[in-house]
Amino acid sequence: MSDTDIQDEAIKVDTEKGNFKYPENYEFDAGVGLTEDTIKYISDVKNDDEWVREFRLKALEVFKKKPMPTNWADKDLENIDFDKIRYYLSKGQVPARSWDDVPDDVKETFERLGIPEQERKFLAGVEAQFDSEASYSRMKEDLEKEGVIFVGSTEGLAKYPEIFRPYFGKVIPTADNKFSALNSATFSGGSFIYVPKGVKLKQPLQAYFRINAENFGQFERTLIIADEDSEITYMEGCTAPKFETATLHSAVVELVALKNAKIQYITVQNWSSNVFNLVTKRGMADEGAEVKWIDCNIGSRLTMKYPGVVLKGKGARGEVLSIALANDGQHQDTGAKMMHLADNTTSNIISKSISIGKGRSTYRGQVHMPKHLKNCKNNTECDALLINTNSRTDTYPAITTRGENNTVQHEASVSKVSAEQIFYMMQRGLSEGEAMSLAVNGFVNDLMKAFPMEYSVELKRLIDMEMEGSVG
Amino acid sequence: MNTLEIKNLNVSIDGQAILKDFSLTIPKGEVHALMGPNGTGKSTLAKVIAGHEDYTVESGEVLLDGVNILGGEPDDIAKAGLFLAFQYPLEIPGVSIANFIRAARQARLPEGEDINAVEYYKELYAKMDALKMDRKFTARSLNEGFSGGEKKRCEILQMSMLDPKYCIMDETDSGLDIDALRIVSEGVNLMRSEERGFLVITHYQRLLDYIVPDVVHVMFDGRIVHSGDAELAKELESKGYDWVKEEFVGAPA
Ligand SMILES: Nc1ncnc2c1ncn2[C@@H]1O[C@H](COP(=O)(O)OP(=O)(O)OP(=O)(O)O)[C@@H](O)[C@H]1O
Ligand SMILES: [Mg+2]
Repeated sequence: MSDTDIQDEAIKVDTEKGNFKYPENYEFDAGVGLTEDTIKYISDVKNDDEWVREFRLKALEVFKKKPMPTNWADKDLENIDFDKIRYYLSKGQVPARSWDDVPDDVKETFERLGIPEQERKFLAGVEAQFDSEASYSRMKEDLEKEGVIFVGSTEGLAKYPEIFRPYFGKVIPTADNKFSALNSATFSGGSFIYVPKGVKLKQPLQAYFRINAENFGQFERTLIIADEDSEITYMEGCTAPKFETATLHSAVVELVALKNAKIQYITVQNWSSNVFNLVTKRGMADEGAEVKWIDCNIGSRLTMKYPGVVLKGKGARGEVLSIALANDGQHQDTGAKMMHLADNTTSNIISKSISIGKGRSTYRGQVHMPKHLKNCKNNTECDALLINTNSRTDTYPAITTRGENNTVQHEASVSKVSAEQIFYMMQRGLSEGEAMSLAVNGFVNDLMKAFPMEYSVELKRLIDMEMEGSVG
Repeated sequence: MNTLEIKNLNVSIDGQAILKDFSLTIPKGEVHALMGPNGTGKSTLAKVIAGHEDYTVESGEVLLDGVNILGGEPDDIAKAGLFLAFQYPLEIPGVSIANFIRAARQARLPEGEDINAVEYYKELYAKMDALKMDRKFTARSLNEGFSGGEKKRCEILQMSMLDPKYCIMDETDSGLDIDALRIVSEGVNLMRSEERGFLVITHYQRLLDYIVPDVVHVMFDGRIVHSGDAELAKELESKGYDWVKEEFVGAPA
């Protein structure tokens, strides 16, 4: 089937770049700024267990002590004013199980984003988060019977501590970086998922993260545990309206794939251009297990995100497929980390970045392969596409140690969409935006074939909208 | 009204005049051949008409069925009915021929209307068969890694799928082998009709053996210096351009 045939079957979603908002009206509001009291307020609202309260407060200390990663990051990070951000906003604590019970403005928001329709068509379960908390959460009943758990972070830690606590904060420790510490202090929402031994989910679970309020920080926390021989695909989507002021999105996502389990984590991110998107994502793969990140970064003011896989058990596999699109005034600083810790582990990184106008994209890769290991393989490919001469792209691949029995392969390319190519396409009747969009779609085409269909359709539409908008 | 009319066109690039008071009228139903030495401005003419922005139009008009298209956006000119088969077609990696032509067709439809995929592919395959193009080509990236002749065939495929009112073919024959030349010419001849006009830019008589022109023009130094019937091309083939040049240089300014 060709791409355009696939497009015909697209679920029609009125995304409009997600640029709309509803008036603010919250029951719980932690106010502006970050102090111990802010954290205590969040813990009180959530009725956190004592160990969770301590975990948060300790994380706040770490956050305060940790410097910004200024040694290599974009200077723009310094423009985040932590005292002006609102750290917790919600309309209530318990997510509805039926869309009918979701407040009208929230329900309309998600309807405009096409979530209920996607749920009917191809999802096994959905969680829809509006600012700090999920407004809706539901999973198909048969999965519940099989013992699959799909809840928010608060419910996960309160109701199933025996399952989640042993792994919580273990793949990504609080002190990993300043933003993982911030998340550990303020986290709210996100998905906690447990897939029991041998259970293979045929349809994806999905979470949608929506920021509606201005000056707000969204700190969802996700932990997915796939028990032995189980399989799960999880999709997350994100949008926010365009505000004048900066908005912060700083998630922590931890994946645990036990022996022979498979986790596929897919992100469709379409943040508006005022969002700082600073996310820490890492998976751990036990013997024979597989963790695959499919990561698409469109929009935001600055994104810093380097999904990683710790290949802990023999024969584990890790993969990062990413697409980043940096438009005028945006910086996509993305990449991947692969930590080989056992023999026969393999990792694959394919990164495609598109820079438009003054947009900037950076690739940072880290492949760690100690010398004593045998039969480990890494393949890294990063391709950059520049549209317009002002665009900028940098590649910083880092490979640390590799033994004689291991192989590491690295390829990088930079190409441009020329004015002559655009003229050629326009001569056939395509507008400038359509022509650029086709060129971009062509550039990511082979990578998109590896994505689930619903996802590539959505991605194609986002690229089209972004390119239409980039023509002056 | 049913003409592509180029009136007193003056075009320069970086301050250097390339087209000098160029005039030419192509009525629908006719094929005009444009010949002339390298660097006289034939491709420039084609690109200016198609809306290329690198050239500075000093003065003149290009009327497509009476409407001035000069200075318009390339896509608007294309949608008004002008097709340019490029001398050097561009490669578009990752975009398949089928999807590209489909997008171009879609761009011609009113908002909300969609192409019927089944009919589209039927037509596409029929036209590819006629041009003796392997159907496997539909999935290949547009022009990427194509041989010179394959690129030219692909131009003609696009031309026939987009149903233009006026076709400008810039050296479509170069790069074609003898069989391909015949096949492509047959494809063009099938498109000849009372509803369509052609400007065929070429250096060689052999193309005009297949696509017999109604009028032949000789271009030199940015303007047409001589016009005649199909016999003129034969004369050029045997005698070269020197006599035209001499005639032109010798003529009073
Ligand atoms: N973009 C450009 N920049 C500078 N000079 C140009 C440009 N395009 C065309 N020219 C010059 O304009 C003149 C006419 O070029 P053009 O390509 O139109 O010739 P042509 O008649 O098509 O030649 P040929 O038979 O070799 O294809 C040449 O001297 C060429 O170098
Ligand atoms: Mg030429």
